[in-house]
Amino acid sequence: MIVEIGSFSLALALALSLAQALLAGVARIRRSVVLAGAGQGAAIGAFAGLVVAFAALMYAFVTSDFSVSNVAANSHTAKPLLYRVAGTWGSHEGSMLLWCLALTGCGAAVAAVGRDLPAGLKTLTISVQGLLGVVFLAYTVFASNPFVRLAQPPIEGRSLNPLLQDPALAFHPPMLYLGYVGMSVVFSFAVAALIEGRVDAAWARWVRPWTLAAWSALTVGITLGAFWAYYELGWGGWWFWDPVENASFMPWLIATALLHSAIVTEKRGAMSGWTVFLALAAFTFSMLGAFLVRSGVLTSVHAFAVDPTRGVLLLAILGVTAGAGFALFAWRAPALKRGGVFAPVSRESALVLNNILLAAATATVLLGTLYPLMREAATGEAISVGPPFFNLTFTPLMAALAILLPAGPLLAWKRADAQGVMQRLWVAALIAAACGLAAFALISPRKAFASVGVAMGAWLVIGALVEIGERTRAFRTSAAESWRRLIGLPRGAWGMTLAHLGLGVFVLGACFETGWKMEAAEALPVGGRLNLGEYHLVLDEVRGLEGPNYDAERGQLRAFKGDKQICAPTPERRLYPTGGQTTSEVAICTLGVNHLYVVLGERRPTTGAPVWLVRAYWNPWALLIFIGPGIMALGGVVSLSDRRLRLAAGRKAEAAA
Amino acid sequence: MRRVLAILGAVLCLAAASDPADRLPDPAQEARARELFREVRCMVCQNESIDDSNAELAGDLRRLVRDEIKAGKTDEQVRAHLTGRYGEFVLLKPAFSWGNAVLWGAPFVVVILGLLLLFQSFRNRPADEELTPEEAKRLDGLSRD
Repeated sequence: MIVEIGSFSLALALALSLAQALLAGVARIRRSVVLAGAGQGAAIGAFAGLVVAFAALMYAFVTSDFSVSNVAANSHTAKPLLYRVAGTWGSHEGSMLLWCLALTGCGAAVAAVGRDLPAGLKTLTISVQGLLGVVFLAYTVFASNPFVRLAQPPIEGRSLNPLLQDPALAFHPPMLYLGYVGMSVVFSFAVAALIEGRVDAAWARWVRPWTLAAWSALTVGITLGAFWAYYELGWGGWWFWDPVENASFMPWLIATALLHSAIVTEKRGAMSGWTVFLALAAFTFSMLGAFLVRSGVLTSVHAFAVDPTRGVLLLAILGVTAGAGFALFAWRAPALKRGGVFAPVSRESALVLNNILLAAATATVLLGTLYPLMREAATGEAISVGPPFFNLTFTPLMAALAILLPAGPLLAWKRADAQGVMQRLWVAALIAAACGLAAFALISPRKAFASVGVAMGAWLVIGALVEIGERTRAFRTSAAESWRRLIGLPRGAWGMTLAHLGLGVFVLGACFETGWKMEAAEALPVGGRLNLGEYHLVLDEVRGLEGPNYDAERGQLRAFKGDKQICAPTPERRLYPTGGQTTSEVAICTLGVNHLYVVLGERRPTTGAPVWLVRAYWNPWALLIFIGPGIMALGGVVSLSDRRLRLAAGRKAEAAA
Repeated sequence: MRRVLAILGAVLCLAAASDPADRLPDPAQEARARELFREVRCMVCQNESIDDSNAELAGDLRRLVRDEIKAGKTDEQVRAHLTGRYGEFVLLKPAFSWGNAVLWGAPFVVVILGLLLLFQSFRNRPADEELTPEEAKRLDGLSRD
């Protein structure tokens, strides 16, 4: 019964989205307040419908209702509650429902919160968001309905892939989808602004909080995914340049560019066309990601169950939606007002450079992902584009960005004093270079590239601190005055500093880990010893163990540095009988910011005493890889809480303009 | 959501390249072999290098690379051997060839194009020294809120 209510609510939400698009659209044409209100009501109603539908599916998963085909295919009674709940969005159909939930949620939020938007812009935005809702809801209802019943329900479900039964991965999709779909509002805003023919400071101010929120969620989502890969896949890597990872990374790069260009549009009225273009591109890349993951056109270690028909439909949605957006852009953008001239040395220039480099980085990732397809279609030759390509192209672009970054916030708008900025940064540059040299000289083995990376990370971190120092006039005025200024800094400023600092922390961690990680593997009997640089591990025992839905072997080890025991890792190797799959539960000892990463492998059938293959990695500074993006996302949230963004920015700025 | 294919589950846990049973006795040669493994695709896997993969084919390819290195071949010769046998698909780093010019050139083209546009905008409209009265008024308004 509850499943039928869910199914009905989903169909109702589709109808309400259609009503939302039409009512709001007509309201804009007739400038009718009543119809506009009705459109807003429909938007909120569509969201309510999706909430009910989503809750119904979750109920089916929690109660293990195997008469629902989606539940039968993706759940199992022996699964712990958390993973039964997470199973709701663990399959293609369920995740499309989550996508629609987020999409209508965004529409409802614009309707409910956007009180200070100019009426015409708001109504149009709601109408466009309604159209997006119609497209995706129709796809969900007709092509991937999660509520389809089975005539003969099985007694037991087929269970969720055990690799996905993991806390980080339970929350990875919701964060990712908030990010992807948050960009839909930005897309709708852009379309609405193009129709209205006005892209001004007030518009940019409205777009920024949405972009910030979506960007922060995306940052957290991608980081959770990378963290999951790091400890669940069991070979110590955290980023593989896999097509699906790239699919989530491209919207992030574009959103980052958009955050920066929207500042120029807001403060200086310049780059408005480019900002609109990025606003359209961000959601286009989100949809491209959805298509790539679900259509099976790319080989990837992680892809949804492949279904060509659904792929074609998603490609059609992508083509129509993005095509309409960009066609509108091509038609209306030339009429946009150009404004804000600036000198070659100015903050505008720095932000333009940021955008050029981020756009080039996105193009690199896009080509790297799709080029094998294009080449094969054109010439029939299959080629591979893997990590070595991205290391040679993407990394230099990011290095250039990192070198420029600390100067950006110190430059004045319109025309800046290059010499003054250099004066303020030379100490930071000196310290960063010293850090790099120290890393090169002191750490063995000597690694030139990793040392340059360390210098670059230090440059970013110190640069962010210098920027705060400048704002508070630290050491140039009394401590009390500096403190007063520090307290008085707007949250937006803190947000920016945190985000830049987080990037520095990430660069430090990524370069250090990649440069100086150590690996060792040995087949160990009980009591055997594995040497890893200045550390060593002793395997004390291996025990059988029974989990809720798996059987496991757990190794008990002790790790030593010299003679001192530093930790006692207990890695596991699990067998899930339902799907016949084996996974490894890695043991990670966090020592400061370093990780000692231990994996228990298979038992070797040797004659005599059994041996286990034990692998261990020393991943120095690995923790920073995940803390850095965490700090960046925190920066986004802090910035979002800024009074200037929460208050009636739109109306005030309009009055001022 | 990343739905991991069942293959990965089987491949997962272990050991692949670092299996002590297969290692070359000379650590320098072993290190070279590991470097090469990272550039070679396991062709039956989804998107993994033979350094990570546990599939049978990956094991065979590792043996092949190790044998070649032991026989004193250079990295270049090993790569040539692999591409001769399996085509360009086997290398994770696409060759610098005319066929791949678009791929390798695109990042630079985008950067150069962007810079040209930026310089163009400076040439056409030199930054004016003074604020126009309008701008001054607007600045005043902005700094007040």
